[in-house]
Amino acid sequence: MPAVSKGDGMRGLAVFISDIRNCKSKEAEIKRINKELANIRSKFKGDKALDGYSKKKYVCKLLFIFLLGHDIDFGHMEAVNLLSSNKYTEKQIGYLFISVLVNSNSELIRLINNAIKNDLSSRNPTFMCLALHCIANVGSREMAEAFAGEIPRILVAGDTMDSVKQSAALCLLRLYKTCPDLVLMGEWTSRVVHLLNDQHMGVVTAAISLITCLSQKNPDEFKTCVSLAVSRLSRIVSSASTDLQDYTYYFVPAPWLSCKLLRLLQCYPPPEDGAVKGRLVECLETILNKAQEPPKSKKVQHSNAKNAILFEAIALIIHYDSEPNLLVRACNQLGQFLQHRETNLRYLALESMCTLASSEFSHEAVKTHIETVINALKTERDVSVRQRAADLLYAMCDRSNAKQIVAEMLSYLETADYSIREEMVLKVAILAEKYAVDYSWYVDTILNLIRIAGDYVSEEVWYRVIQIVINRDDVQGYAAKTVFEALQAPACHENMVKVGGYILGEFGNLIAGDPRSSPLVQFNLLHSKFHLCSVPTRALLLSAYIKFINLFPETKSTIQEVLRCDSQIRNSDVELQQRAVEYLKLSSIASTDVLATVLEEMPPFPERESSILAKLKKKKGPGAVSVELEDGKREGGELNGGGERGDTPAMSASNASTPSPSADLLGLRPAPAVGSAPPSVGSLLVDVFSEGPAAASAGVNDDGFLSSAPPPAASEEPAPPLPEAEDLLNKFVCKNNGVLFENQLLQIGIKSEYRQNLGRMYLFYGNKTSVQFVSFSTAVSCPGELPTQLNLQTKTVEPLIEGGAQVQQVVNIECLTDFIDAPLLNIKFRYGGALQNITLKLPVTINKFFQPTEMVSQEFFQRWKQLSQPQQEAQKIFKSGHGIDTEVVKAKLLGLGTALLENVDPNPENFVCAGVIQTKGQQVGCLLRLEPNAQAQPGEQMYRLTLRSSKDTVSKRICDLLSEQF
Amino acid sequence: MIGGLFIYNHKGEVLISRVYRDDIGRNAVDAFRVNVIHARQQVRSPVNNIARTSFFHVKRSNIWLAAVTKQNVNAAMVFEFLYKMCDVMTAYFGKISEENIKNNFVLIYELLDEILDFGYPQNSETGALKTFITQQGIKSQHHTKEEQSQITSQVTGQIGWRREGIKYRRNELFLDVLESVNLLMSPQGQVLSAHVSGRVVMKSYLSGMPECKFGMNDKIIIDKQGKGGTTTTDEAGKSDLGGSSGKQAIAIDDCTFHQCVRLSKFDTERSISFIPPDGEYELMRYRTTKDIILPFRVIPLVREVGRTKLEVKVVIKSNFKPSLLAQKIEVRIPTPLNTSGVQVICMKGKAKYKASENAIVWKIKRMAGMKESQISAEIELLPTNDKKKWARPPISMNFEVPFAPSGLKVRYLKVFEPKLNYSDHDVIKWVRYIGRSGIYETRC
Repeated sequence: MPAVSKGDGMRGLAVFISDIRNCKSKEAEIKRINKELANIRSKFKGDKALDGYSKKKYVCKLLFIFLLGHDIDFGHMEAVNLLSSNKYTEKQIGYLFISVLVNSNSELIRLINNAIKNDLSSRNPTFMCLALHCIANVGSREMAEAFAGEIPRILVAGDTMDSVKQSAALCLLRLYKTCPDLVLMGEWTSRVVHLLNDQHMGVVTAAISLITCLSQKNPDEFKTCVSLAVSRLSRIVSSASTDLQDYTYYFVPAPWLSCKLLRLLQCYPPPEDGAVKGRLVECLETILNKAQEPPKSKKVQHSNAKNAILFEAIALIIHYDSEPNLLVRACNQLGQFLQHRETNLRYLALESMCTLASSEFSHEAVKTHIETVINALKTERDVSVRQRAADLLYAMCDRSNAKQIVAEMLSYLETADYSIREEMVLKVAILAEKYAVDYSWYVDTILNLIRIAGDYVSEEVWYRVIQIVINRDDVQGYAAKTVFEALQAPACHENMVKVGGYILGEFGNLIAGDPRSSPLVQFNLLHSKFHLCSVPTRALLLSAYIKFINLFPETKSTIQEVLRCDSQIRNSDVELQQRAVEYLKLSSIASTDVLATVLEEMPPFPERESSILAKLKKKKGPGAVSVELEDGKREGGELNGGGERGDTPAMSASNASTPSPSADLLGLRPAPAVGSAPPSVGSLLVDVFSEGPAAASAGVNDDGFLSSAPPPAASEEPAPPLPEAEDLLNKFVCKNNGVLFENQLLQIGIKSEYRQNLGRMYLFYGNKTSVQFVSFSTAVSCPGELPTQLNLQTKTVEPLIEGGAQVQQVVNIECLTDFIDAPLLNIKFRYGGALQNITLKLPVTINKFFQPTEMVSQEFFQRWKQLSQPQQEAQKIFKSGHGIDTEVVKAKLLGLGTALLENVDPNPENFVCAGVIQTKGQQVGCLLRLEPNAQAQPGEQMYRLTLRSSKDTVSKRICDLLSEQF
Repeated sequence: MIGGLFIYNHKGEVLISRVYRDDIGRNAVDAFRVNVIHARQQVRSPVNNIARTSFFHVKRSNIWLAAVTKQNVNAAMVFEFLYKMCDVMTAYFGKISEENIKNNFVLIYELLDEILDFGYPQNSETGALKTFITQQGIKSQHHTKEEQSQITSQVTGQIGWRREGIKYRRNELFLDVLESVNLLMSPQGQVLSAHVSGRVVMKSYLSGMPECKFGMNDKIIIDKQGKGGTTTTDEAGKSDLGGSSGKQAIAIDDCTFHQCVRLSKFDTERSISFIPPDGEYELMRYRTTKDIILPFRVIPLVREVGRTKLEVKVVIKSNFKPSLLAQKIEVRIPTPLNTSGVQVICMKGKAKYKASENAIVWKIKRMAGMKESQISAEIELLPTNDKKKWARPPISMNFEVPFAPSGLKVRYLKVFEPKLNYSDHDVIKWVRYIGRSGIYETRC
């Protein structure tokens, strides 16, 4: 360094730094630093005051030592002293130290703020700039508190220098970003907008960053900026490259400013004023035109700047989405970039095209580039570009090109990067489903998918295949055949085995005719994979086996043999063991009829949003609701089913009548059509098989209690009971657990148990949304004379339910005497501010307090005759709702709570039951006789129901309740 | 087993790289440099596992020696080898420094070939090595056939550390007992922990193949003899200070021997007998923790006067026979990190504030036993804004005293050479005791 005047040389600093650099080891460096620190300490301690130069030098050294990673705990005071110096260099070092080593020491902060204030109010622009830079660099809340009011004033003051304005705008932006609450809007805001007209381009560039940020929060306040921005933009775009001397970058006039202007415009809808709009369209056209012009320079900076503006302009065009002409032109321009040799350009073009593809105007235009995109997918070196190409293919897919695109994506999948495979799999699955014309193609595609990328196929994908196969009669045979063929591969993926197991279990009979795929062959094929699979798959396969027993009685002995072997029946996994034991018993005890009912073919699934789509949405970021929610529900399902888990296996019909514990609560479906397949199976979701032990018992279930309820209207008063509340009530006459109510927001599940005259009911409130429910409250009330008949006690629930969460409430019930009405449950909560108010009937009916009574024929008729008074009897004759199925009826009568008496009635078709209703005050004996005329034509089938009890109201009520059930 | 051995300079440049096994790749060299030498945080562990490879290193001044392996080796063995390697190199070319290593790298590779075979340590006895690895490469070819076969039979023979036919006019023997005493003491003078680790180093210039027997005042041996009733135990006086001739026995906690010592004999009779190598070697190492004579007592007094001043007074007392002289005494008094000035007054020796080490260093050249000396210092402090309290590191001390702080005494060293005609009395024997400070600290 040449000898310089004692002012900015700082030779000591240079020597110190070179000493440190020359240190041979860490220890030597630490020694040198310790020495220097001691020196500085003695200097600072010294009684004689240091001059500004030495102070600056030592502060600089401290700063350097700090940046080397050592702690500095002194020297702050000296740095603050430097702030009040009049020399630029000293002030600058002082500010530098403060911004790097800020600590929230209260006394120092006060001093620093004071110094900054002084500088801000000085008329020296460099000092003002230094102060502003320090504020922005520190950018803490304390700084914002101290200066958020001051800076806007500097920004809009008429006499402020341009360079200071620039700094002030950026400083304000920084403060706004840290503490938006402290930067208050005021009359300065309108004047900030007018900075867009400033002569100085630097000021405009700085101001526009601030305006863009502010207008995102307060779009209305800055509305006027649109026309100003458009005029500014048009002036820049139409200017010759020489006009804006300092702001022309490689022949492109003010590229950064143009980009920022375009981005600001993207915060607003298209301008309504025709003139402004015309001018803007003109600008955009000019930008597009310029892109076509030959480049003025070969330098990469020139094309980068030009393309930056172009891409911002295209983003704006896509944002407006109203100018078909521009959209198509943009699309063509991007098409040219698709084959550009710059990788970055290709990436950007693909990314922009993805958004273009969703616009109706340009979708067709985008589609013309399909070949290029497919080519990009195959040949592109960079994985991120390939991923964008895959995204674009997904976006441009429609019915016309689905087959081609899906085929391409499948072939890409084989070589795709591991990180994106799962997403690719989901996309292929969705496209295949969405645009499937022919479902055999769909089945082929998905099976291919599992074959190629089995590891990346999530649960949702194969659930969905099964849902679709089950819902489509036409494809079932084909699916069974294809799956069978796919399973013959020596090594197949576990997901394939799952699909295979499920589909063959359901529809194996459709291909059993062929000797090559006879039942035994099918079974052996499945069983050959059994030992290689994980526990859930094995469980599924066991369920498939029991279904085989039903479909093909000839395989019964083989399968029983398999179930009986130690590795199943004594499996260490409790789930497998339980299934093996239950299925073995079921297959050996139940008659073929029972078996046929229990192992009924699965009913069609309700159509709802594909779970895959939800999963993809989740992967993409927001909307992570759906999956969490499903988890919550599954939990709910398990809770509800918990009671049944311990039950002895489903060998008795009584167990079969309990609702399937594994029934996913979401799986609601409309009541089956009259006369269609027998009313069975409430459980729908596919994971039934991977869930509970009662997959078999899920076969017999109740009826159509599962219809989903329409959304309730919100009102302030406790709402009147929903119109369908009575229906809901009826659904719970023969069962204790299930979903009471469900709409888009809320799901209420019920689990209840009764003993003697006491009962306990668990209500599960599930929040289906991602937003929390606030002021959630429930109230149980007894209308009319019910309070004297029924005693209800509830605990209050938490007033807050988080999104996707579930809360539980317990209701204790005591039956004092017999009753007719049901208690009301009123639920109120706020969802996104709107009050929701729902009133339901709690499914507490008199029959819940039944105690079954076993008796022989003679005893029954003796009692029957004793209750011969006319008011003791209630009788109804009614049409069968769903046809007559003996097993179902039996199940329902057992669900009612009475004992089903065999061999009592001379006519074996008739059903006879007996029970005692336990109330606090008395016991009411009750006898029941149900006579179906099964021989009649379907649709003409009738029941006669007779009830006799010691209390007329009871007879009447039970008769009413029960007649709704058939 | 050791897969490779690397030597780096302080910048992490590789000076020597010798790979013994295929499982160690070239990238291991860089892995150690990046993760240990250039690590952001100083690495203090001598064993580091990087990418399933273990690195064992020792540092000599600015030179790093690293042994590398992928296997589960005996770490103590590897370190023993590394120390041995250092000894061998020192014996060949003096101080281990970058320059010396660069100047002798052919020799070092030759040595590495010899003392490690496929990663298994071989004979690393300097004396033996020097017979066939010489620094004058050409000269070695002038060995006569006889000499060469002699070397071969020695190296491969049963007594690999000594060759036959050594002859001296004067049979001489030097025996050094070197001990380092470690101490941590509370400010009130309570011993928190203390132990002595010692070495017996011999230099022998004896003719032929002599058989030696070494005896010391090990408690077990003394007790044994006492029981035998051959000597009178009454003579064993109470412990005198500093190297008196008392026959007090000491309890040795553990010891290790040079390979020449017959371990079977030590196990059965507790006697140390051996055929010594020629020249200098370390006969045994030992450690004791009981009845240690602490040569110095440090009494610190620290007083904080307000926020900006600290007064320190330290008294040291020598605690051994007045006729003995301690040497190279150095007391190191740590100062707070915000020290801005120090004034020292001491009665004896020289004291100085060393800013680079954050300590006051007080040096005294010589000090006789049963004396005391004092230093007082005034430390000025710079008020700092953070309230971190000074941790008050302990005051440490260095010294050298001419006796064994453990109390170890050499009782005899007998030499028998049946073939040549010199007896035990003809051998001139020299015994010397040196006690040094290890980590000798007193809290203040």
